[in-house]
Amino acid sequence: MRSWRGGARTLAAAVLVAGLAACSAPDAESGQDLSTLTVGLATEPDTLSPLLGYGKDGNSKIFDGLLQRNQKLELEPALATALPEVSQDGLTYTYTLRQGVKFSDGTPFTAADVVFTYETILDEKTSNGSRDEIAAVESVTAEGDHTVVFRLKYPYAPFAERTVLPIASQKAAAGQDVDTGAYNTSPVGTGPYVLESWRKGEKMVLKANPGYWGGAPEVKTFTAVFIPDDDVRATRLRAGELDGAVLPPSLARTFEKADGTRVMRAESVDYRSVTLPTGNPVTGDKAVRQALNLAVDRELMVESILRGSGRPAYGPIPENSPWFAPETKVAHDDAKAAQILDAAGWKAGDGGVREKDGRRASFDLWYPSGDKLRQDHALAYASEAKGIGVEVKVQAGTWEVIEPLLGEDAVLAGGGAGFDPDFDLYSTLHSGLIGNGWNNMGHYTDPGVDEALDAGRESGDEAERREAYTTVQQRFADNPGYTYLTHIGHDYVVSDAYEGLTTQLEPHDHGMGGPWWNLQDWTLPR
Amino acid sequence: MTSLVKAPPRVPRAPFGRRGLGGTLLRLVGRRLLAAVPVLAAVTFGVFALSAASPFDPVKQYLGSAALTASQETLDQVARNLGVDEPFPRQWWNWLTSALTGDLGESSIFRQPVADVIAERIGWTALLCATGLAAAIAVAVVLGVAAARRPGGPLDRSLTSLAYALEAAPSFWVGLLAIWFFALQLGVLPAGGLSEPGSDTITPGGLLRHLVLPAGVLAISQMPWFLLYVRQGVTEALTEDPVRGARARGLRERTVLFGHALRSGLLPVLTLIGTRVPEVITGALLIETIFSWPGMAAATTEAATAADFPLLAAVTVLAAAAVLAGNLLSDVLYCLADPRVNPEEL
Repeated sequence: MRSWRGGARTLAAAVLVAGLAACSAPDAESGQDLSTLTVGLATEPDTLSPLLGYGKDGNSKIFDGLLQRNQKLELEPALATALPEVSQDGLTYTYTLRQGVKFSDGTPFTAADVVFTYETILDEKTSNGSRDEIAAVESVTAEGDHTVVFRLKYPYAPFAERTVLPIASQKAAAGQDVDTGAYNTSPVGTGPYVLESWRKGEKMVLKANPGYWGGAPEVKTFTAVFIPDDDVRATRLRAGELDGAVLPPSLARTFEKADGTRVMRAESVDYRSVTLPTGNPVTGDKAVRQALNLAVDRELMVESILRGSGRPAYGPIPENSPWFAPETKVAHDDAKAAQILDAAGWKAGDGGVREKDGRRASFDLWYPSGDKLRQDHALAYASEAKGIGVEVKVQAGTWEVIEPLLGEDAVLAGGGAGFDPDFDLYSTLHSGLIGNGWNNMGHYTDPGVDEALDAGRESGDEAERREAYTTVQQRFADNPGYTYLTHIGHDYVVSDAYEGLTTQLEPHDHGMGGPWWNLQDWTLPR
Repeated sequence: MTSLVKAPPRVPRAPFGRRGLGGTLLRLVGRRLLAAVPVLAAVTFGVFALSAASPFDPVKQYLGSAALTASQETLDQVARNLGVDEPFPRQWWNWLTSALTGDLGESSIFRQPVADVIAERIGWTALLCATGLAAAIAVAVVLGVAAARRPGGPLDRSLTSLAYALEAAPSFWVGLLAIWFFALQLGVLPAGGLSEPGSDTITPGGLLRHLVLPAGVLAISQMPWFLLYVRQGVTEALTEDPVRGARARGLRERTVLFGHALRSGLLPVLTLIGTRVPEVITGALLIETIFSWPGMAAATTEAATAADFPLLAAVTVLAAAAVLAGNLLSDVLYCLADPRVNPEEL
């Protein structure tokens, strides 16, 4: 009797499921259910709590920020109704909040949630490593339920860019240990999707939020499957278990001629560069720096190392950014490089390595062991340097080994936050940050650059900022204390049943980037 | 010293006195459990020391790429919040005293209580290990006996070569090959996870289908070793007196093989199952990563590299307990299989 009833229940459930499946929108050609998207990702988040940094650059799916970025990375209002009002002195930012928005647990979203989110992140008991990004905040206060006012300690022009930070629910997240509490795995947000399940090490399933303030998404189920191995991810995509995946360029290429999939290449601000420490007499020499900057064939690196998926890099600001100073672009020119070295007194010496005052033009270049991409860049760099008589000895080590050597030895660095020129330029070039964590790894020092960086950070005027960052890039091009090599592209393969997909310019850390960055706005073919 | 004169007619002594086999086995288990306590304490201390001596920076591991842009002040503050600025013996002592009260502490790297981290994962790893090990032993016994019947025959030679070849093949490579063949070329088995990628409900049938490849690869990686031992044990047993006696009595070949030769030939294998437990576990962790199997793999590697002491200690205790339990299981099986062995002496 009991088992019969169980059987009937299962049958009823099966009928129900079949009925639901019939209601969803199958693609006419393949019969594929387009309202369910399953993608393979290489990395899994440690936490889903914005209080610990999840989704800090937007696109978190479960949450919204006060602002969000469109495809061109321009700021748009999200939980705020408009871009913030900024006071004349640049110290006060006022946001008016959208009314009638509810968290996925039904509680209304108010200014108190915004205050809670920012204050919790700024609390030193919260172990959030991205706290410094909003370090300018002096106080955040709610004025009524629908207005939030930020007061800054110092003028910080790119502050609005930081307010894409996702807003947590005070009701759901308060009263527990932020570092280890349940909110890390059971998030409650206002975003277009709601967490359905998360089996760590396997996958995460998100369901469309039917009450989303921006309209219920058409893709009803989004599943992120975590597959660390690139080959396995590619194979499972090929076997039809996934609708899309992030892949390295060499594997993405194998899908170019495949039926049913399309390769999408997201441009990025994710750079690879070589630090040339000021403290080392060879790499600290301006002539050596200039010569190395001219000696590298960036186009060739993009072709051979990145297989065409990427762009040459001349500085942290990518060529296609509106902030890029085009005059800092250099062409590969070994002859000119040799000329500069000759003029500076670096004369040909033993074994083809130049010498000056008895010092050989030789230095060590470290890359983090196991990172194939950086290894390839390092070896290519060493071979280019050899061409102009500079010896670069490539070494591998863990970051823990490399860290104490930062002031003396070169490192194959990577990074790129993008969005605002301040984010990358300030942290890599400002001499005030030398020895401060992993900032300014090459110990770059130029008072003129510092001054312009401060001006760009503080000024609220677009023209003044443009001038400041042009100055920074020009001065840097004259004394290139890092050799920027490439901006690497991020490749994705996605089922071609989906049309009109786009990608954003992506930062170094591209957790929720990819063609599904705006999943909530996808419209499915009728 | 018994008097020879008054000696009663000699009767076979009950081998384990008044307690019987069950009682002595229980005493064996009890003794081993007691001995495990100092072993586990020492092992956790050793692991804390190793992890503290390793070059990994727990703060950098915890923050990931955010560490690259964080200020030194934030890095120091996070170190204080995580408690990793304290010397490791103190961290170990803190962990030990709270673990004894039942509180396993919190895992910094997973931002969760350790008990939750373990509870979510351990069942899946146990399922994978048990299925893989059982399959490996079953296949190895059948093939090993088949090979041992005609030592040096064509079947024996091909099985032995196959075993050596598989023993040398990395399980990672076998896993990739299995995915390529069964999921891509034949399209008959799913290549990873516990349920179809688009759904999150686990059904018994679906779970079984998803278990085939990872458990199969684990079985293949463990099987050669068992196969070689079974083959050797049974080959030797087939030349021993009881087998010749059984044959002389005219017993059927099948009875001789399975009733006599296999039983005595498996004895060395039984003792060594326990020693194989660490390899089964590490093999399973590697396979979990390939097949997106939501078990202990990520928890184990991240705990070690991030010097996440509470989680590391829990994982270590579990692994050490599994090894000790494996040894105990071997001994118990050995006692059951061989009446000559006295558990009091183990």
